[in-house]
Amino acid sequence: MKVTDKDVAYVADLANLELTEEERAHMLRDLNSILEYIERLSELETGKVAPMAQVSDRYGVDESRQGSDRFAYAIREDVKDGLRKSLPHDEALKNAPDTDGIFFEVPKVIER
Amino acid sequence: MTAGKEIAEKTNTVDLTIDEIRGAIIEDRTTATALATEFYDRIRKEDSEIGAFLTLCEERALKQAGLIDQMAAEGQPLPQLAGVPVAIKDVMVTRGVRTTAGSKILDNFIPPYDCTAVARLEAAGAVILGKLNCDEFAMGSSTENSAYHAVHNPRDKSRVPGGSSGGSAAAVAAEMAVATLGSDTGGSIRQPASFCGVVGLKPTYGRVSRYGLIAFASSLDHIGPFAKTVKEVALVLRTIAGRDPMDATSAEVPVPDYVAELEKPVKSSGEALKIGVAKEYFGSGLDPEVRAAVEAAIQKLAELGCEVVPVSLPHTEYAIPAYYIVATAEASSNLARYDGVRYGFRAKAGNLSEMYRQTRDRGFGTEVKRRIMLGTYALSAGYYDAYYLKAQKVRTLLTRDFDEAFKKVDVIAAPTCPTPAFRLGEKVNDPLAMYLADIYTVTANLAGIPGISVPCGENHEKLPIGLQLFARHFDEATLLRVAHAYEQARSPLVVRH
Repeated sequence: MKVTDKDVAYVADLANLELTEEERAHMLRDLNSILEYIERLSELETGKVAPMAQVSDRYGVDESRQGSDRFAYAIREDVKDGLRKSLPHDEALKNAPDTDGIFFEVPKVIER
Repeated sequence: MTAGKEIAEKTNTVDLTIDEIRGAIIEDRTTATALATEFYDRIRKEDSEIGAFLTLCEERALKQAGLIDQMAAEGQPLPQLAGVPVAIKDVMVTRGVRTTAGSKILDNFIPPYDCTAVARLEAAGAVILGKLNCDEFAMGSSTENSAYHAVHNPRDKSRVPGGSSGGSAAAVAAEMAVATLGSDTGGSIRQPASFCGVVGLKPTYGRVSRYGLIAFASSLDHIGPFAKTVKEVALVLRTIAGRDPMDATSAEVPVPDYVAELEKPVKSSGEALKIGVAKEYFGSGLDPEVRAAVEAAIQKLAELGCEVVPVSLPHTEYAIPAYYIVATAEASSNLARYDGVRYGFRAKAGNLSEMYRQTRDRGFGTEVKRRIMLGTYALSAGYYDAYYLKAQKVRTLLTRDFDEAFKKVDVIAAPTCPTPAFRLGEKVNDPLAMYLADIYTVTANLAGIPGISVPCGENHEKLPIGLQLFARHFDEATLLRVAHAYEQARSPLVVRH
């Protein structure tokens, strides 16, 4: 077992998940089983392989240039007129669970 | 044989294909409103046993159909998809129409804008009937992770339709929509297309805008079409493809006329398309009947004049482990937005931190939580290099495999799935077994290349089998051409009910 009870509690905390006792037990079992399978990645020698975060990194990038110039294809002129309008206030609040009509309302943040 | 005569012989308008509908409306053999009404009748009759739809939007559909009919009555030119009844996987936002992503956390969410792909379909005259069931946040391979209800495979109701776009595949298979949109992050279009016996296409990453697609894993998510035939899929792709300023990753690459490209021969004046076959896609775990059907399909391509060439994709066995790190890491970040503050479900709690936790705990289902946990773990301090960075490097190796293969061949042929549709409940308690259902599909998402699943036969239980084809980045034209040529040459499959 690689992942411990303590890890599950720590990760759940990071992810803002509560998890019941039962869910924690299942999570412990599932994470260990999945990570055991994933462990096979370590069979591959990747010391000199560049990581790939995005497919779109592969298009239009000008490797002969330096720094952000490499991504010249993505540069556009500043838009001065005709900017896309923001959502109207009432539409932006329409789906809110709790609002005073101006702001989103949330439960107390700081206990006094 | 003229197209008009063929249509005139069709007594049931449900049988009209996408490219026939516009003509039928122009020639006044049907109206968009009549078609929409007919499809709603079918949905009401069939869907109680299938469960493909989550929400119907009749008002929006009939308004659009009315507009089309008015244009036709006034003799105005009709747009390409005029009156075509379509439906949308519920991970694409629709203005004013509830969009849940199959999750209780968005049970009451009414989006204020339209997904670009949906808007483009509607602008082309399509009539949106409703929103389709799927695994919660598109996480799953059977649609059993829907927070609402399971979807039954129209070909055998005791079996899953595949997933996560199970509703999209089932709706086409059961003729409750002529075409549908799905999303594919690790196989979620191609795998259900295979299980339900329809055509499903995952385009190149960047080919179709993701604006308005509820994000699961942003570097792997794709929108694509389902329909009964390759030609119909080509028509829908032509409509939704192309640069969108609202998605920075949508590519500035011209959109060819995919439908016209279909008619090009696969072999002309001695120049034949080369079809690659990789042994890594025919290893242990592949059902013998699936293997036989796919091998027969490749043989058929050879008979059509294609040259079949062995290729090697040596890192294939590492695709699933790399995928489940990359996908869950991105998901854990993307799903952080569901906090009960701005939209969606909120749990009652005394303070903000408790509210976040209880909202997410009660709003998300088990598989979503599992993936958030796995992704958060892989990104957490001390594990980032060992898991996330490692997986990104393996992603490079997997992509290089395809780059090398596509120096030698134009298209690669493989099974879409190792087995036909499995039974409802069969894999629901074994997440790893469920993940392995995507073993032949995830690599195309990691590499961003286009892939299609085309029906290529049935097993002894009459369950559909899918042939999967891959092509180079942005070469959907060749992909569709080969798929179409195969489909035309294939012995007819029973697809009508």
